[in-house]
Amino acid sequence: MKAIKRVIVWAMLACMPVFAHASEGGVHLDKAPVNLQDQASLQRGAKLFTSRCLACHSASAMRYNRLNDIGMSDDQIRAELELPEDVKVGSTMQAAMDSNSAKMAYGVAPPDLSVIARSRSADWLYTYMRTFYADPSKASGWNNKAFPSVAMPFVLADMQGEQAMEDGHLVLKTPGSMSVAEYDAAITDLTNYLVFMSEPAILVRHQIGWIVLIFLSILLVLMYALKKEIWKDIH
Amino acid sequence: MMNLLKNLIGWIDERFPLVSTWKAHLSEYYAPKNFNFWYFFGGLALLVLVIQILSGIFLTMNYKPDALFAFASVEYIMRDVQWGWLLRYIHSTGASMFFVVIYLHMFRGLMYGSYRKPRELLWIIGMIIYLALMGEAFMGYLLPWGQMSFWGAQVIVNLFSSVPFIGPDLAIMIRGDFVVSDITLNRFFALHVVAIPLVLVLIIVAHLVALHEVGSNNPDGVEIKKHKDANGIPLDGVPFFPYMVVKDGVAAVAFLMVFSAVVFFAPDMGGYFLEYNNFVPANPMKTPEHIAPVWYFTPYYAILRAVPPMFGSQFPGVVAMGVATVIFFALPWLDRGPVKSIRYRGPIYKTFLAAFVVSFVGLGYLGLMPATETYTLISRILAVVYFAFFFLMPWYTKIDACKPEPDRVTSK
Repeated sequence: MKAIKRVIVWAMLACMPVFAHASEGGVHLDKAPVNLQDQASLQRGAKLFTSRCLACHSASAMRYNRLNDIGMSDDQIRAELELPEDVKVGSTMQAAMDSNSAKMAYGVAPPDLSVIARSRSADWLYTYMRTFYADPSKASGWNNKAFPSVAMPFVLADMQGEQAMEDGHLVLKTPGSMSVAEYDAAITDLTNYLVFMSEPAILVRHQIGWIVLIFLSILLVLMYALKKEIWKDIH
Repeated sequence: MMNLLKNLIGWIDERFPLVSTWKAHLSEYYAPKNFNFWYFFGGLALLVLVIQILSGIFLTMNYKPDALFAFASVEYIMRDVQWGWLLRYIHSTGASMFFVVIYLHMFRGLMYGSYRKPRELLWIIGMIIYLALMGEAFMGYLLPWGQMSFWGAQVIVNLFSSVPFIGPDLAIMIRGDFVVSDITLNRFFALHVVAIPLVLVLIIVAHLVALHEVGSNNPDGVEIKKHKDANGIPLDGVPFFPYMVVKDGVAAVAFLMVFSAVVFFAPDMGGYFLEYNNFVPANPMKTPEHIAPVWYFTPYYAILRAVPPMFGSQFPGVVAMGVATVIFFALPWLDRGPVKSIRYRGPIYKTFLAAFVVSFVGLGYLGLMPATETYTLISRILAVVYFAFFFLMPWYTKIDACKPEPDRVTSK
């Protein structure tokens, strides 16, 4: 009996390797320093997202006023994200460019980014946005280490500068407006924001989880005491 | 007050068998007092059923079974519906946990010979529940309309098209279209929320009726009905109410803690409960590099892939997968052992059962992985082990050196 239990436990353990996210080609991914407690970082990420990414990508499941959850008031959202007059704070985030013209320009429609951190993972996004390099053989002039032959041109080149691929390593050729550390921090903010945007409930889920678990632990003790009491004369 | 209640019960009892039903199934239904850990999972399966039905009702109020809106409506539930994210995670976690408890419940049956006479029909009804549950889970998985929903359904429905002669027509009949489409989504929705749950509830009632007719087996595999006191009450039995109710209650709370830990802290369970690729909307024009069904189907999927195509047809693999699923029905007649419980079985049965568990879990793991050459080879070996457990059973259970069963249940 014991032997069987041991076999089962080992068999189950053997079958629990960490399952890799859907990443293309098995590129090494840098660990994204995601911190959802950092509201300032989330807000900076939201600004970077709406000013840069929303030009082509949409986030059609995300409402602007959901940014209330990361400490931005409706007025702040209007002012700091420079919402046009005709866009309500309760609207979902739509791309500035319509997806047909984007498809004409880049060959593929830019994907909606509402849940991108869930399909790609934070680490992938963090790596992807830091591994663009100039590649004259590509139509856009850009290539990417995490996503080879990506159709997207590198829209943050003014910030990071221009990298080149030399013997499989990325080398910064022309510096951008930010230092490497500053750029990594900006991408951390953006990744942080994308993780939040992919599942806004993630901010409350853990707290509620603890309350539920504490409630259930107390209930467990009471149930066990009740069981003991009722079973005390059964031998 | 007490009198009023008594009168009310009396009034009802003249018109409906309330007290007698309560007695027959709860207060005077006797369960063996030596139930151990493995006997919690039947009750827990019932609990998960209730969780799934309740959370499912509220999800249905907000979900749109339309290829254009399905994916977005799930995100709407996750964001704009009050507590929608909780409903969705409860339901998605519940789907996986249903299979966790059902697999453990079935394994309990294997260990203690719960399928043996007189519980053959109870076992068969249970197997029908299992098959219905697989259908329910498969159809539910299409509803979020992500890439894995779509391509998983595409792959599984295509299996039917490998049936000789009628296959292609059969697949079209299931889909209602030439590919998985809006039409398929609509009919799967209807089957998932109405047809199969109705059937499930009915056969679960039948499972309980059959159980209460023959009485529960127990870890010793001996019949408690053989030894009764002067009033006809089994000496080793305890009334289900309150004894088993409070015992199962403890298990239910402990189970809910595990359940909540998943729901609140790891709802996607590292990609096992919610696959990452399913957060990409279904795209019929783009086949994912790697299509894996959800974990609870992967043992069978691995068997399917382990069988090489013959005469250019996948059908033999489909047959192997089908046989692997339904072979459980034959267990009551494959087992020729003189004892029921593993406690009194000999080393041969124990070895075969352990090998079976390893093959089932191993195949489940391999079914998640891409079919490389090594993996396929291991899948083949494990598939042989899987079938050997069943097909050699009449032989090895008979020659095994069993210990004598006790006359009464033992306390440890």
